Amino acid sequence: MIAKPILVVIELEGGTPSGNSLELLAAAKVIANDPGNIVAVCLSDEIGENIDSELSSCGADKVILIDDPMFEPYQADAWVSELAVLSAELKPETILFPHSLAGAESAPRLAFRLNTAVVMACMSAERVNGTVHWTRSCYGGNAHEVISLNTTPAIATITAKSFDLLPINRDPVPVVENRLAVTKASDIRARVTVKSPGTDTGMNLENAEIVVSGGGGIGGPTQFEKLGELADLLSGAVGASRVACDLGWCPPSWQVGLSGKTVAPKLYIAIGISGAVHHLAGCHNSGTIVAINMDPEAEIFKSARFGVVADCNEFLPALIQEIQNHYSK
Amino acid sequence: MHIVVCVKPVPNPEIAPSVFRLDEEAKKIALLPGVSLVINPFDEQAVEAALCIRENSEDSDTVSITVLTMGENSSKKVIKHALALGVDKGVTLENSAFENSDSYAIAHALAAAIQKLDPVDLVLAGRQAVDTDAGIVGLGIAEILKLPAITLAKDIKMSGNEINVDRAVGDGTETMTTKLPAVVTVAHEFGAVRHPNLRETMRANKKPIETWGPEDIGVEIGSMGQVGLRRVVERIYQPVRKVDCEWLTGDDPTAVAKILAAKLAEEKFI
Repeated sequence: MIAKPILVVIELEGGTPSGNSLELLAAAKVIANDPGNIVAVCLSDEIGENIDSELSSCGADKVILIDDPMFEPYQADAWVSELAVLSAELKPETILFPHSLAGAESAPRLAFRLNTAVVMACMSAERVNGTVHWTRSCYGGNAHEVISLNTTPAIATITAKSFDLLPINRDPVPVVENRLAVTKASDIRARVTVKSPGTDTGMNLENAEIVVSGGGGIGGPTQFEKLGELADLLSGAVGASRVACDLGWCPPSWQVGLSGKTVAPKLYIAIGISGAVHHLAGCHNSGTIVAINMDPEAEIFKSARFGVVADCNEFLPALIQEIQNHYSK
Repeated sequence: MHIVVCVKPVPNPEIAPSVFRLDEEAKKIALLPGVSLVINPFDEQAVEAALCIRENSEDSDTVSITVLTMGENSSKKVIKHALALGVDKGVTLENSAFENSDSYAIAHALAAAIQKLDPVDLVLAGRQAVDTDAGIVGLGIAEILKLPAITLAKDIKMSGNEINVDRAVGDGTETMTTKLPAVVTVAHEFGAVRHPNLRETMRANKKPIETWGPEDIGVEIGSMGQVGLRRVVERIYQPVRKVDCEWLTGDDPTAVAKILAAKLAEEKFI
C-alpha cells in the first residue's frame, strides 16, 4: 500500500518559492513515513520556469502546479477552497503550510472545512511511535508545548528558519502535474479591493538586522526622536514596548511584544524597557540584547548580553556621540 | 446591527518572567498569586473596534454589542471590563464540560452561542490569544457558520451591507471587502484602546450577563473538554534560556558609552 502523502503548500514570491516554503520540504522529510510521498503544490498565476526541478531538488517527490489567474492577488478563500478539493482527492496524512500571512489564515480555515485539527507555528517535529509530535512556543516563549493531532489530515504551519534546507539533489527527476483550478469566482467572498505598497514606518521592523526599542522608562515621546537618530546611525529600525505605544508616544505599529510584532534582529537595544513577559515574547530570539535601564533589578537584564544602568536621557546622547566618533575614525 | 465580540481571559502578559511557572501535570501555566487573568489584549482591540463601528454609525442607537466568552470565574471579570467600556451585554459559556477544550471544540461552542444570539451581523475577535498564540478560533467560527472572514484588521468601515477592512499586512496597505454577516479578526495596529470611565462602570453594573451551558447552546458534552480532544498536549516545559549579563560601568555616561561602542564594534554591529 502506498503511504498517504504529505501535502506541502508552497508559497511563491515573484514566481519562485519563498525560503520558508522550501524549509517545509525539510520538515516533510522529517515526518515522512515512507520515501516518495512528499507532494508539493503551488497555487499561483505566475509559476516560474524550472519551479518543478527546484522543488524536487529540495525534496518534493511530486509537484502539482495549479496556474490560474484565480490566485492573483492572493486571497484566502481561493486557497482554502482549492486545497479542500485537492485534499479530498489526495487524502493526505499531513498538510504543511508556511507560517506566513497566507499560511496563518488559510491553515486554520482549511482545518475546520475538513473537520480536522491544526497546530500553528511549529518549530520542530518528530515521529514518536507513529504519531507526529509538534513542538511550538506558547505563553510568549516562556513555554514550549508538544502537540499531537488525532484527526487526519493533520494540518500544521511551520515557523520560518525552524528547519534546515535538505541537501540539494543535483539530479532531480521531477514528477509534475499541471492542473486547472476548480475554485470558482463565487467561492471568493472576501475580496482584495485595494492593494498598494505603503510607507508605514513600522514596516521594516520585522526584517531589520538592528532594532532600537524604547519603553516607558525613556520619559516621553520626544525621546523617540533620539532613538530614531540612534537607529538611523545603525541602519536599524525603531521599536517600542506596549507601554510606550499605549501612552501614545509612538504609532501602534512599532510595538514589539506579545500583542505586537515579533522580531529577531542580530542586535536588539532595549532602552527604558523593564522586560515583562509581554515584551520579551517579541524579542527574545534576538542575537544580542543590549539593555539600558535606570533600575538594576529590571527583568530585561536577565536576557541581556550587555547591561547599562543609566538614565537614558544622559546616556543616549553620549552613545550617539561615541558611535559617530567610531564612524568618523 | 448586532456585533458579537469574542473575548478570552488570559494570564496577564505584563507579569515578570521570574513569576512564570508551569503546572506540568495540568499542562498549563500555574496561576500563582500575582498572575491574574485579564482580557486578551488583541480581544480588547476587537472590543475597541466594535465601539468605534458604533460611534461611526449614522444610526448608532440601532447598533448593539455583545461580548461572548468561555471559562470559569475569570470570565465574568473580563465581561465586566468590556461592559464598562460600553458593550451592552455579556454571555459566558461556563460549565465543567467546557474545561480543557481544544480550539476545535471552543470554536464549535462559540459558533453555537453566536447562532443562539442571532441575528448577528458581525463577529469580531482578536487576531490571536497571547497565551496560546495560535489564531485558530476566530477563523474556525467563520468556517463553522460558513461566513466570510477577514484577518488582521487595522481599520474597519461599514458601508450599507458591506464591510471594508484595511489590513495590517506588513508591506503596505491592503483593503478587503465582503458582505455581512462576516467574521473579522483585529490586529494591534487598530490602535490604542479606551479605558473604562466612572459613568460607564456604574452603568455596567446594570447590564445583563448570561451564563450558558452545553444544553443551552445545543452542543454535545462528548465533543467538548478533555473527552473531545483532537489536539492533545503531550508535554509542556520551560525552555532553558541562559544569558549572563556583562555590566558596563564607568565614571560618567561618556565613559560607559565608549565601552558600549567598543563592544558593538567588536561584535561588528558598527
